[in-house]
Amino acid sequence: MEALKQRAIELLEKGEVKAVLGYAKGTGQARRAFFARQPGQVDKLVLDEACTQNLAAYATKHEVKKLGRVAIVAPPATQRALIQLMAERQLRDGDLAILAVDEGAIKELGSAAALEEHLALKAQGLDAKDKTLLAKLDAMSREDRWAYWQNEFSRCMKCYACRNSCPMCYCEHCTMDCNRPQWVPVASHSIGNLEYHMVRTMHLAGRCVECGDCGRACPVGIPVHLLTISAEETVHELFGQRAGAKAKLDYALSTFKTDDKESFIR
Amino acid sequence: MANTYQLSRESLTSLFGALRKDGRRILAPVESDGRIGLGEVEAPAQVAGDYLQTIMSAKEVAFPKVERLLSYTITPGQVDLKDAEPKAAPTVLFGVRPCEAKAFGALDAVFNWDYRDKFFNARLEKLAVIGLSCTKADEACFCTSVGGGPADTAGSDILLTPVADGYLAEVLTEKGTAILNLASDLFKPGNGVDKVAVAAKVEAAFDQPALTAKLPGMFDSEVWVDQSLRCIGCGACAFVCPTCVCFDIQEEADPKQGERLRCWDSCGFHMFTLHASGHNPREVQSARWRQRIYHKFSYYPQRYDQLGCVGCGKCTRACPVDMNLKEHLTEAAGVTA
Amino acid sequence: MSEKNIYLPYLMRIAEITEESPAVKTFRLEFVDDVAAQSFDFKTGQFGLYSAFGEGESTFCIASSPTRKGYIECTFREVGRVTAALADKEVGDIVGFRGPYGNVFPLEDWKGKNLVFIAGGIALPPLRSVIWNCLDLRDWFKDITVVYGARRVADLVYKRELKEWSERPDMKLVTTVDPGGETPDWTGKVGFVPPVVEQLGLSAENTVAIVCGPPIMIKLTLPVLQKLGFPPEAIFTTLENRMKCGVGKCGRCNTGKSYVCKDGPVYTLAELNQLPAEY
Repeated sequence: MEALKQRAIELLEKGEVKAVLGYAKGTGQARRAFFARQPGQVDKLVLDEACTQNLAAYATKHEVKKLGRVAIVAPPATQRALIQLMAERQLRDGDLAILAVDEGAIKELGSAAALEEHLALKAQGLDAKDKTLLAKLDAMSREDRWAYWQNEFSRCMKCYACRNSCPMCYCEHCTMDCNRPQWVPVASHSIGNLEYHMVRTMHLAGRCVECGDCGRACPVGIPVHLLTISAEETVHELFGQRAGAKAKLDYALSTFKTDDKESFIR
Repeated sequence: MANTYQLSRESLTSLFGALRKDGRRILAPVESDGRIGLGEVEAPAQVAGDYLQTIMSAKEVAFPKVERLLSYTITPGQVDLKDAEPKAAPTVLFGVRPCEAKAFGALDAVFNWDYRDKFFNARLEKLAVIGLSCTKADEACFCTSVGGGPADTAGSDILLTPVADGYLAEVLTEKGTAILNLASDLFKPGNGVDKVAVAAKVEAAFDQPALTAKLPGMFDSEVWVDQSLRCIGCGACAFVCPTCVCFDIQEEADPKQGERLRCWDSCGFHMFTLHASGHNPREVQSARWRQRIYHKFSYYPQRYDQLGCVGCGKCTRACPVDMNLKEHLTEAAGVTA
Repeated sequence: MSEKNIYLPYLMRIAEITEESPAVKTFRLEFVDDVAAQSFDFKTGQFGLYSAFGEGESTFCIASSPTRKGYIECTFREVGRVTAALADKEVGDIVGFRGPYGNVFPLEDWKGKNLVFIAGGIALPPLRSVIWNCLDLRDWFKDITVVYGARRVADLVYKRELKEWSERPDMKLVTTVDPGGETPDWTGKVGFVPPVVEQLGLSAENTVAIVCGPPIMIKLTLPVLQKLGFPPEAIFTTLENRMKCGVGKCGRCNTGKSYVCKDGPVYTLAELNQLPAEY
């Protein structure tokens, strides 16, 4: 922690960055995103298990880009999101100063290559609770699973907290906001909710870095992250590809190969 | 001038029975998977035992998240319009907190100034509120900073305050009296319990009248930019808010028929004010965050002579990035111009 | 007893369609219901929400004058889902209309004064309503001047009426197009609206200015008017914030304490100065 603060102050004092994006104390035991813009604010930074938000979601925001170059405190899921954003050409190598955090240790990663190398050493594992729930869902009959999700989606009100918290949902014009044509109904009724979550899941298949932030963001506790995680796992199974590993990537769902095993594509 | 009574805990069963016999459905906080939400109940035992607040507000009882405003059929050269009638079932809202009960007044102010909204009114007319005073509060609560309180009677037709073995029942309105008359034998003469002593202690966090007075002069303050940098522009705060009333009107149709739906909307969404031309009067998130604060704490008082916030703290609890309204208002109140 | 549904539109039949400029059309609309036609009344400055059934509602001013009874007109550019659907309509088709909504131009207050109307591009329609209204009450006012500019000659709307206005002895019309937007037979001015206004030699004495146009034109015209001596109370404009309900509920057009749909769309510059610049 002290090393992080030290480095944050240095970066700010030398003018290498305009802000250090990390975590600070929030309401009660909560931690929240915090932009230290002056060396004097660095003291507010904290780092512990409660720091879960994927801060990469801020990296593509206009308001944040306008600040100038930013250093970002990046636990593993954030690291994966950052490299995936590079793979999708939303971030350039070197746009951000990445302060990688792994089990308390801080490592500054200056380049995409360094980030890639760093990530290659990390095993990506699912949260135990999510693993159990996913297994339970997998074991369900199709009808039961359908009923489960219908019941969950009935609480959805389309606040888009899941979309807006997701680092990979950076689109300037989200499909949900398009009305020519109106792909998905705006209303938060059963069809509107179902279509929204299906589209969100499909758009994140092969792109989800499995941080779980969408699920944590949901104010009514719908485990929407299980949808994108399971789609991600399916892409991994079928194409051997994982989001958040490489800074250059031919995205599985938009890559054509003449030796594809599916006959319909040939 | 409330009529005060004692209501034993056991007598609630009979009260619920009397309400249902009168043809009313009872909505109350219920627990499901650790979440507290409004649900229909038949007996007091189904009401959540120990809750601070529901996640969602009670506003959806009068202002649902999706509602049909009209429908139509289209034939060549002709359109047949059909008015929509809101499904307004006689309803008793049991056990909502005083902050939420009060919030119906803020909704009413918007829905009924000048033009009257029949959809809201039809539901409100058939709604009776049995509020329940708070005996605890959390860090998000700030009712006492916005003119309310944990045992405030505003908006309740009957307010219950838990006391030993039961409740102090304040019958406050005609609707409350009508409920009392359904089961008058249950309401025993009151014993003058000091409800303030029982109610939660919620310290006032900021001087709201002073804040409201200074907001017009701090429109361009950096404080809105600083606070909103971490805001992700979702609608969680607005959708759980008991007073947020902004809505969208959406068309759903095929070539032969269609309907027009009112859907909750939020001033936090960048699409909210975006013109078809691409021009956006509130281009950045800080302008949208400021609008949320100003609408509730500056424009509402100027327009409706009341606040657009009841200090329930639902927005803070629901926010995925911990935008704490009480904290941010306190900070704004401390900004020197 | 059930209250009235404030979101229910009138049904209107399209009586006439005029192609004004590329992607801009004017509809003349007549009430399907005779009773509605008889009872309907509006004042200049007000607006409505026009429905393309199947697609939704869109907000535009009423572009005709209340002195012309039996119909209303609207002029719109095809920019979104609803306006595209409206643009596909033909004479005889049914559309919806809710209104009239909003406040009005205070013609009574303008009696005995000179009027200067300044409009740019597609923003002439709201002024067309008030211009015709004033022309139909011609003896109420002293000099009437209209300055109208567009990017190109093709973008000028109401070309027939512009010709009529240019020939009227009781008013002065100045048309201008942006440099490069002129055609070989163009007889109007070439230049942006603000300098054209500046060169007109207008007197602010006993005069009100009514300005409507794209934000950039308004932004550059207001200083010119102030330089000419127009006080903020004598400069009027009409705002076009996004709206959904039109009746002060949905919150979309809220700017400061004002609901543009209720307190507007007509504002004096003095009033606008009291609002945050969120329009």
